[in-house]
Amino acid sequence: MFESLGLLPTFPLLGFLTLFLAGGFLPRRMIGLIGAGSIGLSFLVALSIVMPFLSGDSEEVRHVVYTWLSVGNFESTFGLYLDGLTVVMILVITGVGFLIHLYSTGFMIDDPSFSRFFAIMNLFVASMLILVIADNLLLLYLGWEGVGLCSYLLIGFWYTDPENGYAARKAFVTTRVGDTSMAIGLFLLFTQLGTLDIQSLLVFAQDRWDIGSGFAIAATLLLLGGAVGKSAQLPLQTWLPDAMAGPTPISALIHAATMVTAGVYLIARMHPLFELAPNVQLLVALIGLATLLIAGFTAMTQHDIKRILAYSTISQIGYMFLGLGVGAWSASIFHLMTHAFFKALLFLGAGTVILSLHHEHDIFKMGGKWRQLPVAFASFMIGSLALAAFPFTSGYFSKDEILIGALAVEGVGLWLWLGGVVGAFFTGIYSFRLVFVVFFGESRGHHDEGEVTGLAMALPLFVLMVLALLGGFIHIPVDNVFSHGAALGAAHEEHSVSTFMHAVMIVVPLLGIGVSYLFYCAGVFSVSSLMKLPLAKTLHSFWYSGWGFDCLYKLLFISPFLWLSKVNRRDVVDTFYAGIVVLSVFGNAVSVRSQSGLLRWYILSIVIGIVLLVSLGAFL
Amino acid sequence: MILLSLVGVFFFGGLLAWLSEFVDVRLPRWVAMLSAVICAGLISRLVFMVDSGGVGLLGWVDEFEGSWIPSLGIDFFFAADGLTVLMLALTVLLGIVSIASAWDEIKERAGFFYFNLLWTLAGVVGVFTALDLFLFFFFWEVMLIPMYFIIAIWGHENRRYAATKFFIFTQVTGMMMLVSLLCLVYFHSLQFGEFSFNYNDLLRVDLPKSIDLWVMLGFFAAFATKLPSVPFHSWLPDAHSQAPTAGSVLLAGVLLKTGAYGLIRFTIPLFPQATALFAPIAMSLAVISILYCAKVALAQTDIKRLIAYTSVSHMGFVLLGIYAWNELGLQGAVMTMLAHGLSAAALFMLAGGLQHRIHTRDMREMSGFWIVAPKMAVVALFFSVAALGLPGLGNFVGEFLALLGAFSVSIPAAVIAVLGVIFASVYSLWVMQSVFQGPSLRQEGKDSTHEALLDLDRRELFFYGVMMIGLLWMGLYPQTFLDFSSGVIEDLVMSDDAAALYAREFSK
Amino acid sequence: MDTIPFEHGLLLASALFALGLVGVTTRRNIVFVLMSLEIMLNATGLVFVVGSSKWGHADGQIMFLMILTLAAAEVAVGLALIIQLYRRFKTVDIDVLSQLKG
Repeated sequence: MFESLGLLPTFPLLGFLTLFLAGGFLPRRMIGLIGAGSIGLSFLVALSIVMPFLSGDSEEVRHVVYTWLSVGNFESTFGLYLDGLTVVMILVITGVGFLIHLYSTGFMIDDPSFSRFFAIMNLFVASMLILVIADNLLLLYLGWEGVGLCSYLLIGFWYTDPENGYAARKAFVTTRVGDTSMAIGLFLLFTQLGTLDIQSLLVFAQDRWDIGSGFAIAATLLLLGGAVGKSAQLPLQTWLPDAMAGPTPISALIHAATMVTAGVYLIARMHPLFELAPNVQLLVALIGLATLLIAGFTAMTQHDIKRILAYSTISQIGYMFLGLGVGAWSASIFHLMTHAFFKALLFLGAGTVILSLHHEHDIFKMGGKWRQLPVAFASFMIGSLALAAFPFTSGYFSKDEILIGALAVEGVGLWLWLGGVVGAFFTGIYSFRLVFVVFFGESRGHHDEGEVTGLAMALPLFVLMVLALLGGFIHIPVDNVFSHGAALGAAHEEHSVSTFMHAVMIVVPLLGIGVSYLFYCAGVFSVSSLMKLPLAKTLHSFWYSGWGFDCLYKLLFISPFLWLSKVNRRDVVDTFYAGIVVLSVFGNAVSVRSQSGLLRWYILSIVIGIVLLVSLGAFL
Repeated sequence: MILLSLVGVFFFGGLLAWLSEFVDVRLPRWVAMLSAVICAGLISRLVFMVDSGGVGLLGWVDEFEGSWIPSLGIDFFFAADGLTVLMLALTVLLGIVSIASAWDEIKERAGFFYFNLLWTLAGVVGVFTALDLFLFFFFWEVMLIPMYFIIAIWGHENRRYAATKFFIFTQVTGMMMLVSLLCLVYFHSLQFGEFSFNYNDLLRVDLPKSIDLWVMLGFFAAFATKLPSVPFHSWLPDAHSQAPTAGSVLLAGVLLKTGAYGLIRFTIPLFPQATALFAPIAMSLAVISILYCAKVALAQTDIKRLIAYTSVSHMGFVLLGIYAWNELGLQGAVMTMLAHGLSAAALFMLAGGLQHRIHTRDMREMSGFWIVAPKMAVVALFFSVAALGLPGLGNFVGEFLALLGAFSVSIPAAVIAVLGVIFASVYSLWVMQSVFQGPSLRQEGKDSTHEALLDLDRRELFFYGVMMIGLLWMGLYPQTFLDFSSGVIEDLVMSDDAAALYAREFSK
Repeated sequence: MDTIPFEHGLLLASALFALGLVGVTTRRNIVFVLMSLEIMLNATGLVFVVGSSKWGHADGQIMFLMILTLAAAEVAVGLALIIQLYRRFKTVDIDVLSQLKG
């Protein structure tokens, strides 16, 4: 039955091929059926595979399809690997993926490039599945780049607008920077350990490298580079907000639920390696913390409904990184899953809002829409509660586990925890700022638009609402994967997390929601009066620009690079050869004068030449 | 005998194509296509003769030896091993593609055009198969002159300049190679008492330390110019942008590979010691080529010039892999040669197709072609992402192996070269953006010249499809190709003491 | 019978050669240039003859015969060219005939 592992990416791939080759000839209903159906089939396959895992009594499985390339002592296979971690990932990808595809059949129905959309979406799911079921890093890298390409194509889906194309290229190139670092990591791992097969690699690494050894640090740093690029963490986070230029369902699928969490998956997958480099692991936690705070601040200032969600995604992945950094591996993966539920819900809800209001993105041009858009309102309400970690929603459990994990760390643990709690406070503010501004208060335009709905769009929202609310009670079967960290887990238990701290973790997000209520709903405080303070204004514009990272990178990398290219358009090396040409032209101009056409001079010069030669010969 | 008949078919096919023009002007292209197809048939026989992986160095699958100038030890010595067969297959495939791309484009003096095209191919086949170095040099020149005519007669606005530049660069460095070759032969006669241009004999020559490096440099200059590598690359953007489509396809797809082939087959095995000394410099040149030309590419507005610079950048990976001189690096170089042959040829065909349709190569005048020519856009996208090294396509396998090979001998070289991959994504996507994406000029009514832009027709789709399948095959099941060259490359790496020397040089 | 010394023959040949050379370089009339050229040719021929008599070898004399035929052919061609030149340019002044100048 595990041979069917290979079927998992096959269905989406077939869907892609069908739509790619025949998409132009098929009717829309058929395209939707193929596009969503292929993922549905994949989901069924996934369910059939993972059943034994969910009951908790299964070993990991390997299945090699064929040898991809083998040169000398290098070998890489199309090998598939299944363990608890993969199970979680494939369920999220195919499950949430299927819901989003279903939603898209309604959302994108009027788009002229309907079949192109589904073709690329299917290719994306196939690549993402390959990424998570690969048993070696090279195959993982294939999936890794594949999802990057699909992300590029989908961000730039509406290609006639150059802005979208710019956003798409920015996303691709920025993640490519990370990917390159990861590729170097692959080189290093192979040259040092002689294999790229993940499981043997981890075993060899634990055998040969001491904790804190240079190779371990270098390798983990390089892999981390890949992870921060893909997962939009500091310092490569700038592409994600711009990536919102794509259609909303892809923001839900790629830039919230699946692709951006690939970095988290990578680190979790390679966690024994990271345990060999405690300093790097701490760095992961710090990156996560810094990112979640920075993105949290920025999310509070944005106007565009999708950009708010994008920054919140960055911030939530920051929590996952924090969890990874403190060794709370399973908590991170748990948060990855719950985040996929509630963030997909929020994005799809946002999609409904945007579509209903004729592609309006500015939240301050909405307002009071809860009556007009009831389904979207319910989605946002539940999604935001989960996002803000309201007690007993899915986000509460997962975020709680991460923060408790942070407390367990010696030394800096308390500070990490504190940072996480502060982040949770801001999460409460920005998530409910969105809800209050869009759905409460006075209506500011678009008064008589009805909600765009239909079963295809509503059903996924309802399923995701249930998952976002109750997803916290799912037990993820990753204990075996992270089992050797059991000692660490035991430490968690012993470490007394006081009731006070639990209370803090519950109360702080509520406080955030309260503050948001006072500002944006009750009108007790007003943002505009706050903005009169010069400091607040400066901070606001600083945060609004995403802490100036875009400007910084433009100044540091893009402008010099473009300048260099422009200056050297004519290729300076060629001037050397052009110089030779000029010299020979000059030489020609000089020597042409001796060609007087006077035969007697020619003869005379011949004679003189001979005389000189002969006398030279005589002398020597 | 197959090898001799390969060269012969192209030679006589060329003559016949020229003559057939006087019967009917449409005949030459059919004659050319027929000769290329016959050669494809011949090569498919060779392919089956190569037992996968079983053929090692000097274990030729097919050879032909006939006397030419015995007093100087010059023979007609052709031989092929797995590596050669790969190169021959690429040559013939791209030969067919280039004839197809010239099908409607070349109307003027068609007979002479196909004569030149086939003679270039004959030269390339000769270069890949000749193992008598005099014969090799002869074919090296044969390759050059017809290509000169192709550029100079059927090229674009600045064709004379480009053709002359191409000729001078190749000729000057070719002469350097000739001097080195004669020097090598002279030392052979000193050491073994007779003249010989035979590859197997020359391998045994032991040059004095003092001139070893200089003799090697003669060969290196010729091959590095053809490859090309910085700083010998500047003929290429001109030649490519001015050549007709078929010329660009052959130049990028095949002629550049003769340089890399020469390095693998001749320069390094003939001069292992000098190569070991020189390898760090060659690798630095490779890295500079990769980064520098990627950067220059980005600033180009002429689409063919841009692709030309990216070619140089990609061939840098080949150079890097070759001078890493281990199995991974060499296999990577060979794979990159094959994959780049297809992807660059396809990109030049696309650029040529665009120029044929809208009569400009200036990207500033292009925008939003996706709407009017979606098939072309998808094809272009495919080859662009192939060029930027997307896993699953051939270029990735080649570049990955080359870099991996380089990483194990020189970490800085590999790490800096990897940055080229980032640049590759910048320029590849930039081309897509400025040509196919963005607002459509026609829809905005700004433009009337692009009305004529037609999408790809069936003939074009067929040839692009073949190349796409080729790249996918190389990317997903590269073992087919790797097995062909693995025997040769294993022996190359083993047979020379170069490997040992390398280790020593780099450990310093 | 006393033979003429070898050196004398050479001296005469050199003198003739120099004379011819001066003629070639200084005369402007192309007919005279041609004549001077003939003198130079014959001077070299003389060296061959002298050499062959000195070493008693027939090769030199054979060579002289060859030069003689060569010179005859050359004069024929040269005069034909001169006539053509005169017809076309109406001059035999070599300095005027400088169409080949760069």
